[in-house]
Amino acid sequence: MMTVKKLSREELLLPGHAACPGCGAMIALRTMLKTLGRRTILVIPACCTSVIQALVPKTSIGVPVLNIAFAASGAAASGVVEALEKLRRKDINVVVWAGDGGTADIGIQALSGAAERKNNIIYICYDNEAYMNTGIQRSGATPYGAWTTTTPIKGKTEFKKDMPMIMAAHGIPYVATASAGFPLDFANKLLKASKLKGLKYIHLLAPCPTGWRYDSKLTVRLGRLAVWTWMWPLFEVEHGVFKLTLKPKPRPVKEFLEPQGRFRRMTPEEIELLQKWVDQRRELLLKMDGARLFPQA
Amino acid sequence: MGEWKIITGNRAAAEAAKLARVQVVAAYPITPQTTIVEYIAHMVESGELDAKYIRVESEHSAMAACIGAASVGARAFTATSSHGLLLMHEMLHWAVGARLPIVMAVVNRSLGPPWNIHSEHQDAISQRDTGWLISFASDPQEVLDSIIILYKVCETHGVYLPGFVSLDAFVLSHTSMPVDIPPQEDVDRFLPPYKPRHYLIDVENPKTYGNIAFPDRYMELRWSIQRGQELAAQKIKEYTREYAKAFGRDYQGLVEHYKTEDARHLLVTAGAMASEARIAVDKLRDEGVKAGLLKIRFYRPFPREDIEKVVEDIESITVIDRNISFGMGGAMATDLTAVLYDMGKSITLGRFIAGLGGRDVTFEHMAQMVKHTLKAHHSGEKLPPAVWFGLREW
Repeated sequence: MMTVKKLSREELLLPGHAACPGCGAMIALRTMLKTLGRRTILVIPACCTSVIQALVPKTSIGVPVLNIAFAASGAAASGVVEALEKLRRKDINVVVWAGDGGTADIGIQALSGAAERKNNIIYICYDNEAYMNTGIQRSGATPYGAWTTTTPIKGKTEFKKDMPMIMAAHGIPYVATASAGFPLDFANKLLKASKLKGLKYIHLLAPCPTGWRYDSKLTVRLGRLAVWTWMWPLFEVEHGVFKLTLKPKPRPVKEFLEPQGRFRRMTPEEIELLQKWVDQRRELLLKMDGARLFPQA
Repeated sequence: MGEWKIITGNRAAAEAAKLARVQVVAAYPITPQTTIVEYIAHMVESGELDAKYIRVESEHSAMAACIGAASVGARAFTATSSHGLLLMHEMLHWAVGARLPIVMAVVNRSLGPPWNIHSEHQDAISQRDTGWLISFASDPQEVLDSIIILYKVCETHGVYLPGFVSLDAFVLSHTSMPVDIPPQEDVDRFLPPYKPRHYLIDVENPKTYGNIAFPDRYMELRWSIQRGQELAAQKIKEYTREYAKAFGRDYQGLVEHYKTEDARHLLVTAGAMASEARIAVDKLRDEGVKAGLLKIRFYRPFPREDIEKVVEDIESITVIDRNISFGMGGAMATDLTAVLYDMGKSITLGRFIAGLGGRDVTFEHMAQMVKHTLKAHHSGEKLPPAVWFGLREW
């Protein structure tokens, strides 16, 4: 088990990156690099991190980074792992660090292909629930009711795409959800993932003060409220077996919605609809807890 | 010498990949390229070729996987055609910006709609501005030899650019000819293992590649790609000479000449049509026309110097493009016109669009086109920038 004491003191996310104050993704990136260490290669498609890692010829990331086109990260990482194997370079974590647009939308095909091929990759989707880097546009991972610049008046009328379950249905060895509000839980899931062969998928909720319209000091708080309200339940699917990794006493989703400007336009009826959806999902997940969902190959 | 086999252009491409000891192959099927990746799959599964074979889910991913593999130092190969090449287009630019010497076989096929699987160079020509070295082969032997030479060119320090060898759909891809397959040890001597002197994704030496370069840095990186193309032009000449010495087949460099020494009327074309064009030249010579052929082997880098040299005593040029830049004309004719303008040369030009969608272009058709140019040459008539050859009435 990873503990605060065991977490490496070495900083591989270096000072000078250009992330917004209170960026949830950077908390997670720092945790991830501390957990996986120097023998890690990052493959980064277009996303916030491709912009904030610093300008040529500088970098703020202490491990090798291959920046790649938006739709290409799953396939590029496949090329990296296969070449490393061919060149007999061993014990290296190949990690895709992609946003929700690059995962749930434009990058889903390459990700699905890499998963089906069992390429030995840790794929991390850091999900800030919209195209934040381009200025807050709706993605498949944007939640119901959220304002974005492309859902400017009505808010998003559809529910969030369930990427973790889509990935679990690929029959990959490990799928987990995580939150920037629970860094040690994330670290432990990373450690587990790093010991398994094949594609491992971790979907991490990364609160974004800029896009979610909240006070930047609340990032960790919102990362936790998302879990406590069951808007973003923490679970893992290991070799096809589903397990909730935290079962908090449910709080009303309103507590998660209220501090955020992006939900301000939601009507009481819409909030009720969302609450019902969350409740229903919680019940389903509790029923599934401990159950085998997919056969083990 | 090597072993003679009667094989198709596609088989020759696969044999070349094997002889080049490619380490990672990313493959996706598309007609008429498919047999290349089928042959390679067989080579890898049978143990004949010690390579990793990634069965990707699209051509976009095929090139992305090649980029990933080449970034850590592996020699990467893929093959595609037509719509597959178009889907790859974004990653073609990426491979150039990342300066990765990936080599690819492109089977030239028409673009839809309407669907058509036959030969046309539109797919290759549409990659003109990516920075890839773009070459056209005229027979299966040239496909094999070109792939081996191209790896050596692309992997040269200072070039570090990807390149592809084009072969016409079916006419080359599925047509068998005797091919001399050189011995592995001779190819190994000519093409040593890929040992990049430039960057690598390496955990022992962590660096970030491809992050943002703003206006104060970006332009110099683009300039270095242009420099890479210019150096490639020299290296193509140097390595084709070296290849000729080692293997006895001389492709002369960026262009191949056929009876150009005393020619007055030049025929210019590329790919499979350039094989046929030799017969057209002979036929025209029989009829008393001092014809010669300039076969464009490399479209990028464009053989500017070779053209400047060959046109010295030329009175008319007939260019046959199996492609069309809509709204202008044939791609090769357009570039050739630019070279002539720079030289201040006033030569009668017949610029033809022919053979689109795989329509047959015979030596007789080619002779007709040359005569069309000659007629204008003698009458002083100015021909339009693109003459569509053999259009039928609906």
